[in-house]
Amino acid sequence: MSILVDKNTRIVVQGLTGEAGSVHGNGMLEYGSTVVAGVTPGKGGTSWESKKGVKVPVFNTVEEAVAKTEANASVVFVPGVAAADSVMEAAAAGLPLVVCITEGISIMDEVRLRAFLKQAKTRMIGPNCPGLITPGQTKLGIMPGHIHKPGDIGVVSRSGTLTYEAAWQLSALGYGQSTAVGIGGDPVQGTDFIDILELFNRDAATRAIVMIGEIGGTMEEEAAEFIRKNVKKPVVAFIGGQTAPPGKRMGHAGAIIQGGKGTAAAKYEALRAAGVTCVQSPADIGRAMKERLEGKAA
Amino acid sequence: MNLHEFQAKEVFRKHGIPVSAGFVAETPDQAAEAFTKLGGAVAVVKSQIHAGGRGKGTVYEKDLKTVRLQGGVKLVKSAAEAKDIASKILGHPLVTKQSGPNGRIVRRVYVEAGCDIARELYFGAVLDRKAGQPVLMASTQGGMEVEEVAARDPNAILKEHWDVGYGLQAHQARRLGFGLGLSGDSFKEFVKLAHAVTRMFVACDCSLLEINPLVVTKSGAVLALDGKMGIDERAIELKKQPELAAMADVHEEDPVEHEAASYGLNYVSMEGNIGCMVNGAGLAMATMDIIKQAGGAPANFLDVGGGANKDQVKKAFKLLLANPDVKALFINIFGGILRCDILAQGIVDAVKEVDVKIPLVVRLEGTNVELGREILKNSGLKITPAVDMGDGARKAIEAAGLKK
Repeated sequence: MSILVDKNTRIVVQGLTGEAGSVHGNGMLEYGSTVVAGVTPGKGGTSWESKKGVKVPVFNTVEEAVAKTEANASVVFVPGVAAADSVMEAAAAGLPLVVCITEGISIMDEVRLRAFLKQAKTRMIGPNCPGLITPGQTKLGIMPGHIHKPGDIGVVSRSGTLTYEAAWQLSALGYGQSTAVGIGGDPVQGTDFIDILELFNRDAATRAIVMIGEIGGTMEEEAAEFIRKNVKKPVVAFIGGQTAPPGKRMGHAGAIIQGGKGTAAAKYEALRAAGVTCVQSPADIGRAMKERLEGKAA
Repeated sequence: MNLHEFQAKEVFRKHGIPVSAGFVAETPDQAAEAFTKLGGAVAVVKSQIHAGGRGKGTVYEKDLKTVRLQGGVKLVKSAAEAKDIASKILGHPLVTKQSGPNGRIVRRVYVEAGCDIARELYFGAVLDRKAGQPVLMASTQGGMEVEEVAARDPNAILKEHWDVGYGLQAHQARRLGFGLGLSGDSFKEFVKLAHAVTRMFVACDCSLLEINPLVVTKSGAVLALDGKMGIDERAIELKKQPELAAMADVHEEDPVEHEAASYGLNYVSMEGNIGCMVNGAGLAMATMDIIKQAGGAPANFLDVGGGANKDQVKKAFKLLLANPDVKALFINIFGGILRCDILAQGIVDAVKEVDVKIPLVVRLEGTNVELGREILKNSGLKITPAVDMGDGARKAIEAAGLKK
């Protein structure tokens, strides 16, 4: 089992014929994902061919793609100017899950998107995220598949590369992942830590959880409160940006300490108080999980 | 991207936010002329830099020791005085508590008509991340930093979220106006201003808009006495705001960060001696953490992002090495979108072209990692491989000579 996606997930790729969509359309097919449709306005009726010769029909609208192919999730590779609209289109077509990979959507568009999705029954992962993968079954995103192994550790992270880092460390120690989710590093996101923690907590196939946060905002503190009240499964956490100077943006628009709020120290304190095993070094994530699961003091 | 006060006020005027008359001056003579054109008994000469706390700042000689003028914002009563003050400020560094120790060179002053202040209020708008909505903030403690007020008494700040689809509603603006204790014409003007601010915040893709202070004059008028505007960088990159983008002041940006941005690279300068090339903001922060925890200090970070090509990697190398403090390079890449072989080839090309003389520690993992390692191994270059990021950080620190 897993959360959100599995081998039955039928994927429509918005922007499949574009550069990024094409590269990762291939990547997803190679991993074994079921990509049933592409959407590129103006290219409806054509088809896109993967490097290995798999033909995927391309539609003008998501609505049409869903009607013809029974797609039940979308992955968005549309450029920043149009990505928010693409997510809204997928939501309007009734898809329950949209994964928005696009980086650099304007904040005002993200604000509008959040307001739009409040009225919809669609969960958005991202934007500005690597997507999610249920190893051995399907991936909706851009992560390298080979570093993941099927297993029972859930991974959730604000950072793309640190999701890979954690998965790679876990896999190397023999711990596979139930599902790994990159929720993205933007200030306004579709899905937060609590949403994913709740799913992992309910998922019988997830035994333990790795959570990778970063400075800025209060999402980690809220997650800590949720863990304290609800989660009995072991959780290992790392917070990026412990040594970041206040006010300096290190890359992610959301990763900034402002007015003394959003420090790593405050996040670690909240997580420790919730019984979470915290690591200071990103190189220790896998090891800490192993120790926690084997019952040694971390 | 931030605007200068005079630029923000130009935008305010276009959006119906009341401001005093004023002129920009780049020379002392222009400042005198501006005073005469304003025609009043008093005017204020205001230094234009992208840092707060100008009024309480100090203008120094270029040695940053000899004081030329206390205060970067001065009240003047004649054209001659405007000229004198401008000549003390222009071309010299102004150090404020937000400017950093070297201050910022003042290239322009804004000469603004004086006004009779009855009350000073605070008014601003920012994005509330948790709510996923912008929020208006108002307080009766104008002139103070809002973070300071919030830290002392969170209840002293009135807040009103608004839905960008529906726009601010009249009752919301009224609630703030009553909360600030306004009445009569001042109240009506404030309500209008609140609507104008929210419309402008959305129309201009603002990340921050601050009017501190917002003043009520003795005749009851409401005026934006100061103006601070931050524009969402993404909106600029997506070319949604060409007019505002044209207002960018390169003198206020780190020149290397600016150059990196023009190549689609994200550069952050720091104070240590290890140059770092990474992919992804999260990995940049984690790399910084691991270097600092191991006793080292990064000099800079270059995030090559997801889809870097060979030319970008080459450019990234040059930018990192442009900093003379860099004593070793640490390349920490976990290739997802970015393929390790492309990166490795970029490294090899760059090292050959740029003539890198300092030690190079490389940790590669991810897509096509075997190909990437092969390219590095066969290049004949002296590269220290690292097995994981902890190992890489330790080796980079050692190479930089911080720790033996």
